[in-house]
Amino acid sequence: MKVRLLYENRGFDPDQELPWHKEVLARDLELNRLLEAMSRGDRFVEDVARTVLLTGSENDPATMHYRQEIVKDCLANPDVVREIYNLAVDTLKARKKHHLGIFTYYPSSVLSSAVGLMGLLIEMAGKLKNFADKHGHRFESRGISNLFALLKNELADDYFTEVQQHVKNLKLDNGLIISAELGRGNVGNNYTLCKPAADKFDWMKRLIGRKDPAYTFQIHPRDQGGHQALAELRNRGVNTAANALARSAEHILDFFFTLKKELAFYIGCINLYERLSNLKAPVAFPFPKPVGENVLSFRELYDVCLALTVDEKVVGNSVSGDGKSLVLITGANQGGKTTFLRSLGLAQLMMESGMYVPAVSYSSNVSSGIFTHFRREEDAEMESGKWDEELGRMSDIVDSIEPGAIVLLNESFASTNEREGSEIARQVVTAMLESGIRVFYVTHLYEMANKFYLTNPAGVLFLRAERKEDGSRTFKMIEGRPLQTSFGEDLYYKFFGRQKI
Amino acid sequence: MEYRSILFETGEDTSEELPKTCALYSDLNLDRVIRDVTAGYRDYNLEPLYRKTLNSEAAIQYRQAVFKDLEDDNLFEQLKVFTQNMADVRKYLSLAGKLDCKYNREGWFLHAVDTYCRAVSEFADHLTGVTLKSRGLLLFRNFLLIYIDSSDYKFLKEEARQVKEELAKVKYCLHIKGNRITVRKYEGETDYSTEVEKAFAKFKQGEVTDYLFRFSQDAGMNHLEAQIAAYVAKIYPETFRRLAKFCEDNAGFQEDKIVAFDREVQFYLAYLDYIAGMKQSGLNFCYPQLTSENKEISSRDGFDLALADKLLSDNSSVVCNDFYLTGEERIIVVTGPNQGGKTTFARTFGQLHYLAGLGCPVPGTEAQLFIFDRIYTHFEREENIQDLQGKLENDLVRIKEILSEATSQSIIILNEVFNSTTLQDETFLSEKVVEEIIELDLIGVIVTFVDELASKNNKIVSMAGVMEQSDFSAITFKFARKSPQGLAHAISVAEKHGLTYEQVKEKISNEGSFTI
Repeated sequence: MKVRLLYENRGFDPDQELPWHKEVLARDLELNRLLEAMSRGDRFVEDVARTVLLTGSENDPATMHYRQEIVKDCLANPDVVREIYNLAVDTLKARKKHHLGIFTYYPSSVLSSAVGLMGLLIEMAGKLKNFADKHGHRFESRGISNLFALLKNELADDYFTEVQQHVKNLKLDNGLIISAELGRGNVGNNYTLCKPAADKFDWMKRLIGRKDPAYTFQIHPRDQGGHQALAELRNRGVNTAANALARSAEHILDFFFTLKKELAFYIGCINLYERLSNLKAPVAFPFPKPVGENVLSFRELYDVCLALTVDEKVVGNSVSGDGKSLVLITGANQGGKTTFLRSLGLAQLMMESGMYVPAVSYSSNVSSGIFTHFRREEDAEMESGKWDEELGRMSDIVDSIEPGAIVLLNESFASTNEREGSEIARQVVTAMLESGIRVFYVTHLYEMANKFYLTNPAGVLFLRAERKEDGSRTFKMIEGRPLQTSFGEDLYYKFFGRQKI
Repeated sequence: MEYRSILFETGEDTSEELPKTCALYSDLNLDRVIRDVTAGYRDYNLEPLYRKTLNSEAAIQYRQAVFKDLEDDNLFEQLKVFTQNMADVRKYLSLAGKLDCKYNREGWFLHAVDTYCRAVSEFADHLTGVTLKSRGLLLFRNFLLIYIDSSDYKFLKEEARQVKEELAKVKYCLHIKGNRITVRKYEGETDYSTEVEKAFAKFKQGEVTDYLFRFSQDAGMNHLEAQIAAYVAKIYPETFRRLAKFCEDNAGFQEDKIVAFDREVQFYLAYLDYIAGMKQSGLNFCYPQLTSENKEISSRDGFDLALADKLLSDNSSVVCNDFYLTGEERIIVVTGPNQGGKTTFARTFGQLHYLAGLGCPVPGTEAQLFIFDRIYTHFEREENIQDLQGKLENDLVRIKEILSEATSQSIIILNEVFNSTTLQDETFLSEKVVEEIIELDLIGVIVTFVDELASKNNKIVSMAGVMEQSDFSAITFKFARKSPQGLAHAISVAEKHGLTYEQVKEKISNEGSFTI
């Protein structure tokens, strides 16, 4: 019984290795704000969601569609999905209650723990199957329909009767029969628990039909050594059966754990959706396109993390950038450029993980990886060290990107003078573009931006943070060629309150 | 010819065992070698064998030939398997001797016999398939093949097999309820665990923890098991009657010569094991030619075994040295810087002879060595240094002892013996002793600071430490036939410490210039 809610043909590994730059990416895109809203304090949901988001670049568009279907089902039936998730959570708690694998060591105690635990697991499996029976018709996605069909087929009534009988037998209320052989030195060996007689009558028949002699003896109540030896013998006798039942219990727990971890992502999707709905912030299911001709068009794309932070709907941007592999964003400070860049990265991550995106519509190529190179503010005092550090990070990125990757550059190559920075930026960016990398670049490097404008106006999308005539910002990106100043003057006067001379 | 022993062709062990306390062992580091060689072989009590050197060429060659045969890895491994099996036989028999329950005892006895027969038959089988050259192993193989073809052995082996087979068919059931146990024959009951596992298999996602408890398989029985065993014996009366008879009839089942072979052959295995690592590191071993009349000896690329073992375990490299005596030459006088390998050179000379006398392969690429009656050593010992007067006396007493015992077949190795006295005394005493040694026609090595000793006599050959060409102060641990280099060493060592005339002057003038 395999759960296939994240991949159509395989399970999900929550412990898989995340990309090396996971911390940088999470920090630059402020991913934790998104994860907070998805998890609502459930650490497990948070961890799964993080892994799913950070490994989205490995997915093909088909996988994204497969998940989108399930997300749609979940948004339509949040209560049922939450109940199933909680059922899995409760079931997993049972393990602790029965101490399996914690204090249990000897086969006899493994067996009694496993018998107790198994009774409960069978009950939980029954409940799960009832959900499938009751709500199955309300789900349309392939992922959830298949799961429910599986539960119906595999967990039929007679199956429950059979397994309950096994659990009853293994309580060993009628004693136990162990077969044995002789090992070296004629010491008993290969102790194996035998299947008990089906009923009393069968047992009698076996006794009466016997030709060979049977010898019975009792251990004296005060024979302490004898009782210890008997306990040891029982332990040896039930060893394999205890192992079989305990392993079976582990398998069922594993099944519930798989269900929990694959559902956790969708719980996150429900949580976030409800939060954004409250803010009246729009979401849309995007159209992921395979790697190839560059597609990038969206309407009202906003920074979901900013919206979650300020707890209200925020300004969105619309762009038609199909055919462009470089987006150069220039313009006013405090004009929303970083926010815009972040909204692009987040939308891309969300799309690739199979989620909806924070926009009215969004269409883009899937990437082979999303990388960020944001200006680090903290170590401003060490100018030369900063340049060194910045180039170090850039070279790490260059070492690991492949064609199809998306690189988000925020004020990169700015920690040296503009001429040098521009030249190196131009060389790096050009090399990236020619290698099939998409680059979204927020920059003040006018010389570099202008060079791209003069040499390749058609292949580059130039955006500018809008600044009104009166100096105020709209936080909108408008199409427009790079301008020489960044209106830092405005900021200066805003804070120092002096008039222009 | 009849097989007698794998160590002594004639079976008679006439050679003298030297006491452990003999100075030779500590002086030549042979105590370390013997300790390490025999370390993994304590049960066989091999040390006495390593303290008996042989004094006939034939006896030595008998062993060398066995060593050569055993250099075949395959044969070596098979021999290891054989001796491990024999060790198991001893273990099982000793175990059986300690057990209370008859069935338990008999079970282990049977297992011992079965192991013995397997060891012997498999080894005989293997030996027939290999090419042997040594008289020792050829004779043993002959003996072994006759033995395994004997009706006694065949009967023992077959009977053990049959009894074992019958015991393997024993299968019974225990019905346990409360404190009552019923023992009866097994009646085709099925293993419940497989059925349980199958019933839940559909939930399987991946691998899960294994809860199988690893019970140790005890050798003995507790009284409950003994009681059950007694009932099992009642259920299978024929099987257990046969087992009892088998045990009665075969009490002393092991052949004495095979038992002796198993111990004696460890002498070879232990040594080959010990040198295997060194061979792997590229060090050479050879089978020396032996001479007892002619005193022209030689060795190429020899080394101190104990030191090599230590150096290799520290990942350091080993320096090898050559030596020879030709014509009238009898004594090598070794001079050179401190810590330059003089003692090691002397030890190498002694070890090579000692090991050759055991019949072992010796360090080096080729060697011709002397068959000695005794090796006498006297090395300077630091622990006695406080009582100089006493020490000099002791030295003289010891040297006198040596010279009165030694014969023209003896080897002598002296290492800085009189250095507790003045150089003048030392020179005088050393010269006198050398005269005596030459008078006795001994061969050997003398390590000394007395350079004059090296040019005293045409029976003496001088060997001195070789310095690195480019850097006079670098010690190579190599020795060559040349006259003592005393002064050159002194200068080079001083230079290293910045204490040559020029260096000291320069320092003083530099410092002086500041004070002016």
